[in-house]
Amino acid sequence: MVELSDLQTAGAPSWCPGCGNYSIWQAIKMAIVELNIKTKDIVIVSGVGCSGKYPYWIKTYGFHSIHGRTLPVATGIRLANQDLKVMAIGGDGDGYSEGTNHLLHAARRNIDIAYLVCNNQIYGLTTGQVSPTSLRGTKTKTSPSGSIEWSINPISIALAAGTSFVARGFAGDVRHLTDLIIKAITHEGFGFLDILQPCVTFNKVNTYKFFRERIYKLQDENHDPGDVIKAYEKSLEWGKRIPIGIFYDEKKPTYESQIRQLTKSPLSKQNISDIDISSSMKKFV
Amino acid sequence: MNWKLGGEAGFGVLSAGEVFARSLTRSGLNVFVSDEHPSLVRGGHNTIQVRFSEEEIRCHEREIDLLIALDEKTAQLHVGELKSEGGIIYDSSQFQLSHDILKRVDVNLYDVSMAEIIKELKAPIIVRNTVSLGSSIAYFGIEMKNLESVIKDSFEDEKISNLNIEAARRGYEYFKENFNVISSSIMKRGDDTPRMLLTGNDAICLGAIKAGCKFLAAYPMTPASSILHYLAANAEKNNMVTIQSEDEISAIGNAVGAAFAGVRAMTATSGGGFALMGEFISLTAMTETPLVIVEVQRPGPSTGLATRHGQGDLDFVLSAGQGEFPRIVLAPGDVDECFYFSFDAFNLAERFQVPVIVLSDKYLSTSHKSTSFFKTDLKIDRGYLLAEDELEKIEDFKRYEYTETGVSPRSLPGQRNGIHNAPGNEHDEYGNSMEDAYKTTQIVDKRFRKLSHILSSFQKPNIFGSKKADVSILSWGSTKGAILEAMNMLDKDNIKSNFLQVTHLSPFPADFVSEFIQKSQNVVSVEGNKTGQLANLVAKETGHMIEMRVSKYDGRPFTPKEVYRDIKALLGGQ
Repeated sequence: MVELSDLQTAGAPSWCPGCGNYSIWQAIKMAIVELNIKTKDIVIVSGVGCSGKYPYWIKTYGFHSIHGRTLPVATGIRLANQDLKVMAIGGDGDGYSEGTNHLLHAARRNIDIAYLVCNNQIYGLTTGQVSPTSLRGTKTKTSPSGSIEWSINPISIALAAGTSFVARGFAGDVRHLTDLIIKAITHEGFGFLDILQPCVTFNKVNTYKFFRERIYKLQDENHDPGDVIKAYEKSLEWGKRIPIGIFYDEKKPTYESQIRQLTKSPLSKQNISDIDISSSMKKFV
Repeated sequence: MNWKLGGEAGFGVLSAGEVFARSLTRSGLNVFVSDEHPSLVRGGHNTIQVRFSEEEIRCHEREIDLLIALDEKTAQLHVGELKSEGGIIYDSSQFQLSHDILKRVDVNLYDVSMAEIIKELKAPIIVRNTVSLGSSIAYFGIEMKNLESVIKDSFEDEKISNLNIEAARRGYEYFKENFNVISSSIMKRGDDTPRMLLTGNDAICLGAIKAGCKFLAAYPMTPASSILHYLAANAEKNNMVTIQSEDEISAIGNAVGAAFAGVRAMTATSGGGFALMGEFISLTAMTETPLVIVEVQRPGPSTGLATRHGQGDLDFVLSAGQGEFPRIVLAPGDVDECFYFSFDAFNLAERFQVPVIVLSDKYLSTSHKSTSFFKTDLKIDRGYLLAEDELEKIEDFKRYEYTETGVSPRSLPGQRNGIHNAPGNEHDEYGNSMEDAYKTTQIVDKRFRKLSHILSSFQKPNIFGSKKADVSILSWGSTKGAILEAMNMLDKDNIKSNFLQVTHLSPFPADFVSEFIQKSQNVVSVEGNKTGQLANLVAKETGHMIEMRVSKYDGRPFTPKEVYRDIKALLGGQ
């Protein structure tokens, strides 16, 4: 059995005290333990930002890639060895600004990856600039008079791209978040999880208190995750009430399940010692 | 002999030329096929040129013996390339030609009723190409059976192949009946061993397959796309996965991920796509992930001449990516080297855990050359990649362990005792992020220790020609073919020459090149770029400044005559 202590690394996290990342970190580890995924069999891929640090502080295989590019790397890992669980984790700058393109394509491919976005609606590691999810009017170092851009809606975008599992969690509810991470990992296909994550240092608006006063759980109100129109409707709700939970959950073939070459064994386990190319050469005669 | 077919784009000019060339290869001749086309799908002017001989040939030549003009434009545009007493095959029912119109009296006009033959056969217009191939075979006095066999193999539908074979026969007979065969001097090569006719991109694909590459991620870009086309078409056969990524950033990211997970992986692009890959190349170096990147050059800047030839990206591939790190850059000069370097690239990537760039160019990538079957007794070397039982014996696994060679033990996800994080941040031996000054120096030095080991693993650069020479040529990439033929021309003028082909550009074999230059009298660099990028690299790496430089940057590859002419001009009164 995998235990929490198995996931302990030599170094300890250096996020700001009170950062939402601590509870997300806890929830990821609890999900791995509860699913009993061996630490050798999961790869956590991160980008750059506060969320980029995860692979350094969870003792599994990890790949700390570059800003915005978690999903391309995670896709390659998954196609190389479909026996591995692959989790990509990034922030709102990483996933909704620099790398938005990859989100759309990973979604439409329905590749079996769990993708977690720590959405704190601000740039943290670069010390407080406006993010694509910062609300209009947000004052930051790069929007000193208040942002004049409308924020993007990650849930609607994920739905429009054909994501087969769309959910939103809250860093202030670790138990609920853990359950969502478990569902995103076990979902066969692209499991997208946007996580509302207070940034105690740079975002003075979207605080724990702000979210606690507004969030409610979709599943408490009998939301049907099989209904994509309802999911769209719920994705637009942001104001006095903010829904968390599973917006949409659909079963459809994964990208890798449609590749016949992968049915025998993972690519990484093929014997390459003496490949015969004589028939390929004859084709050029 | 030199044959050219021209017509409007979209009318099967390129495929007809390939059929002709393949039939000549089957007849035992040495063949080189080059094509020039504008960046248009329909409506432009396409030509394909097939040069063939009993002797070895390595490149195209401008002067042609026989021109097939499917339209008037072809005749007008290319009549100037015909040798004296060369011929034009055309169809007077489509357009008129005369010595007056062409303003040349020293060429022979062969009016072949291609349209009439097509009509009799109730064949579509595109079959006109095949009629002209039959006439061409008659013109050169070559046996028909190989053209027929290639046509048979080219079409899956028996009806269509029979129709085309009949069209070729009619073209052949029409020519025989109506004209005296001019040239019957073409003989067969001595032996009947089957040989291939393939492009540099084809050869790179075969090298990758042989090397056990099981993953290609790429985004379409001329002239690299045919690598993705071939490997995608043959993916199932080779148990390989190919993915058309959403962009080049994703393509290299996919390949890096696959390589990290233990698959031999590659991406292929041209300069513009490669520009998008820079940050990932740097990450590949930092995480010491073995990766092969094929860069097929075309002329820039920017979109440049999308379907033309150039060698302007050497500086760029040598320095792409932020920070300092070892990389390997290999530059094949012909289809054989495309195969062997592509194979080697995967071994080098895993042995040294660095990014390996195979730097090709448009001329190599699309020109077909006849060659013997490649040697396949090649050994796979996965370097310091540990097996499960080897890992189990290690008490304290350090993925980035400081070693003598700079190469550290590597584990793969799924292996119990090899758990680590591949870090984008600077790190210690375990891969843990750190910012310590001393340790930073240590890990940078560790990575750079690989350089001398990489260099000593390289094969020596190729030297061709006489030891004592009046002129010594330095070059790289596909200029090889034109240079080797130009050397024969210089020889006829009693100018002794030799040629150093630098095949391995990073790390640079400075000692070897320096020694060559010191021993040489007149050193000339020949490159398909404006600034003399190899010559500049030689200056930087060896301190020797090459003053005599042949440059070509008009979007076209060198011909032997151009190299010969420019070298003669540089030598001047000597």
